[in-house]
Amino acid sequence: MKRLLLILSLALGLGAGAVRADVAPEVLKGLASEDFDAKQGAVAALASVGDADAARLLKALSDDAVAVAGDKLVIVAGEQVLDAANGKPLKPAASPDSISLNNSLRQQVDGALAALRLLSADKTERLAAAKALLADMGDGAALLPLFDKALKQEQDGEIKTILVQLQAQASLSSPDAAARLQAVQTLGQSASPAVKALLLPLIEKQGDTFAEPDEKVRLAAQTAIKAIDGRLVWSDTAGQIFTGISLGSILLLAALGLAITYGVMGVINMAHGELLMVGAYSAYAMQALFRSRFPDFVDYYVVAAVPVAFFVAAAVGMLMERTVIRHLYGRPLETLLATWGLSLVLIQAARLLFGAQNVEVANPAWMSGGVQLAENLSLPWNRLVIVAFSGFVLLVVWLLMNKTRLGMFVRAVTQNRPMAGCVGVPTARIDTLAFGIGSGIAGLGGVALSQIANVGPDMGQGYIVDSFMVVVLGGVGQLAGAVWAALGLGVVTKFLEGWAGAVIAKILVLVFIIIFIQKRPQGLFALKGRFVD
Amino acid sequence: MRTPVSVKLVAGLGPRGWLAVAAVLVAAWVLVPLAHLMLPEGHPLHISTYAITLIGKILCYAVVAVAMDLIWGFGGILSLGHGLFFALGGYSFGMYLMRQIGRDGSYGADIPDFMVFLDWKELPWYWSGTDSFLWCLLLAVVVPGAIAWIFGYFAFRSRIKGVYFSIITQAMTYAAMLFFFRNETGFGGNNGFTDFKRILGYSITAPETRVVLFGLSVTLLLGTLILGKALIASKFGRVLTAIRDAENRVMFIGYNPLHYKLFIWTVSAMLCGLAGALYVPQVGIINPSEMSVANSIEIAIWVAVGGRGTLVGPIFGAGIVNLSKTWFTTSFPEYWLFFLGLLFILVTLYLPEGVAGLWAKIKARRAEKAAIAAARAEAAAVPAAPRSPAAPESKLPNGTAAKGA
Repeated sequence: MKRLLLILSLALGLGAGAVRADVAPEVLKGLASEDFDAKQGAVAALASVGDADAARLLKALSDDAVAVAGDKLVIVAGEQVLDAANGKPLKPAASPDSISLNNSLRQQVDGALAALRLLSADKTERLAAAKALLADMGDGAALLPLFDKALKQEQDGEIKTILVQLQAQASLSSPDAAARLQAVQTLGQSASPAVKALLLPLIEKQGDTFAEPDEKVRLAAQTAIKAIDGRLVWSDTAGQIFTGISLGSILLLAALGLAITYGVMGVINMAHGELLMVGAYSAYAMQALFRSRFPDFVDYYVVAAVPVAFFVAAAVGMLMERTVIRHLYGRPLETLLATWGLSLVLIQAARLLFGAQNVEVANPAWMSGGVQLAENLSLPWNRLVIVAFSGFVLLVVWLLMNKTRLGMFVRAVTQNRPMAGCVGVPTARIDTLAFGIGSGIAGLGGVALSQIANVGPDMGQGYIVDSFMVVVLGGVGQLAGAVWAALGLGVVTKFLEGWAGAVIAKILVLVFIIIFIQKRPQGLFALKGRFVD
Repeated sequence: MRTPVSVKLVAGLGPRGWLAVAAVLVAAWVLVPLAHLMLPEGHPLHISTYAITLIGKILCYAVVAVAMDLIWGFGGILSLGHGLFFALGGYSFGMYLMRQIGRDGSYGADIPDFMVFLDWKELPWYWSGTDSFLWCLLLAVVVPGAIAWIFGYFAFRSRIKGVYFSIITQAMTYAAMLFFFRNETGFGGNNGFTDFKRILGYSITAPETRVVLFGLSVTLLLGTLILGKALIASKFGRVLTAIRDAENRVMFIGYNPLHYKLFIWTVSAMLCGLAGALYVPQVGIINPSEMSVANSIEIAIWVAVGGRGTLVGPIFGAGIVNLSKTWFTTSFPEYWLFFLGLLFILVTLYLPEGVAGLWAKIKARRAEKAAIAAARAEAAAVPAAPRSPAAPESKLPNGTAAKGA
């Protein structure tokens, strides 16, 4: 209380005086004193003055270059000794004796230095300083006069808004109930979760008494929190829908390939997740290649990884089809086991080749960062790119399936294998090619996954169940079904996760799918035609 | 007049079968305990604690394998979630073992240590009655059975089968694993149950206890086999096999496959639960990783290696796979997954009938050779003798029609 009065009186006194004056002698005396409270008061006063002399002195304080020489406070700069009051060189009367700072004082000095940048002439520096203070203000009350001053000078609208918020935040701990009330009302205009967290303690009870003694302020805080919540709901919902869509697009990439292979051959490829892993490691390998060979283009390794991953995964898939799956036609359950064996071999091979630890795949510069849509809603670029990428893959697959001869053959084999064979479709070759395409798409999914998830030997294990659920839900051999099922599952899962936690969400989705199959065993979009098993 | 099941059972196994059962029982209850308890450590016939525990563990796995064979080999239903039923049995019995620790835990509290750690004051409602041995044993059978019944009812009613069913069982065990990993579930989270002290008042590490548990495992396995054989030999078994081979036709004749599938599915889950209950005191730990997807698929490979639809084969399958697992993971840990993966691939490709099938094949070939030799000897005496009808054309040693048949 006493300290605050001191600061206020000092600030007022100095503010009224000439702008280009030496640092006031009371402040120098305070700094030179042995009492840490006095020192704190002096630093706060320096911060609120905020002119060049004060800034120099603060900088010197933070560098431990301030010393007492006789009756004068000096700054030791190498060989030179400067007068702390005005920065002029002087001959010290006695040898300088450095003054000591404790931790809280040092924090205060750093905070004051940061706050002083609010007065800088450079707009970007002011903005950066304001944002930094918003994230971590330290002892706000001491900086309050500085905020007032900065607000008076500030012309830029954006910085002004932040300054108003800073000012309000700082006044929350003011002893004056009216000032607190005003601060709460100002903060109520915001839409940021951080502000909400700041207001929450005000309405909490500590033991029997409220943390905030004044009832009016408490009521105002309650209204403010409600107002902020109202603003947060929309951006929260939008954010959840977006993460849901981004999860859905990953599921779609994983499920598209599975839908093709399951549709054509009626076998579940349990190694499908491992083909995702192959794609992700292809991205890793391309990153390593670009880093060593073409360091100038390292940001574009992802672009190069797309075709590489497709062909590597397709080659692995075709090899699997030729060597194992082909020989198990008509035995779908055993194919399940054999492909599980293949997945174990692939996992162990990845462990031996790349090590058992996760490898680091970095986002290229153009994919990091995000689009800030609201205070608490920012869409990361990497997820946006993935959503767009899966849309692109979907388009290509659609064209391939509906506009090419190969696609027609694949659809024919899916619908009726013996009949397609009778009219001359080379079913065996179509099987291999379809399996290659499905595996290649999984490889593409792996590249996408490498940008948002850990890349490790067993990264693919978790995806087989989810992507099969998409196929079940969407109906076999139906692109439209796969799309709706993937996006729907993604969004529903994310909403359930927000509401009940990840584990319960998983169980609920499973229960939902089982109930769904009761009603529509053929999936959302049934294939037209006659079937008998 | 209908023959009672018990009579059919006794008659079904035949005198040689019952003799074998008796021999195995004598070995399990008399010879192994003698070799473990009486013979000194250095004696060549001494069976070490490690060996008894290992074999006991594999016997429990073998029960699971036989239970799996009942549904996969005879019902045509491949479950990738049997690890769940096994683990549920283990957890049910584990609750009793945890209660038996009493106040000997690190915190000296009345409730298990992990609950103290979570700052719980009393046991949750589903732990009530778990201090009773019989109640927990009942839970170990009823809980997996009930869950299997509910799940199976809905799955079979909507005629989910084939790979659909397999994947959904896999999702089920995966979800259950996530559920058990949570601390709030009240089953010890990550660490599960361990540090057991005694069972029915006897120390759980005492050699005598181990021997008794071992004997119980052998008996359970024999019981499972006999039950399985009786089920398969009955009319029920015939219908079940028919459903496996052509479900639609069985439906057209007028049977409802739901009841048949549901019954064998539930029985199989209950047997797994019992095996789990015997497994936990022998191994001394149960945690959610038992429900992992990989574990459940491994059960399928035991059956595939042993031979589907043979009942005895899966016992050998479980033994072969688990002994090689023990050997590999101690000698060449990094090649175990390669071995297991190749086992999955090669067995499905080249040994669809498993070891039991291989054995049958070898026996058939021997008989064939003997027949050919006899035929040749006959032919030497009487020219132009007819070929043995037991030997098909393609299996003749120099068969020309072998390719492309």
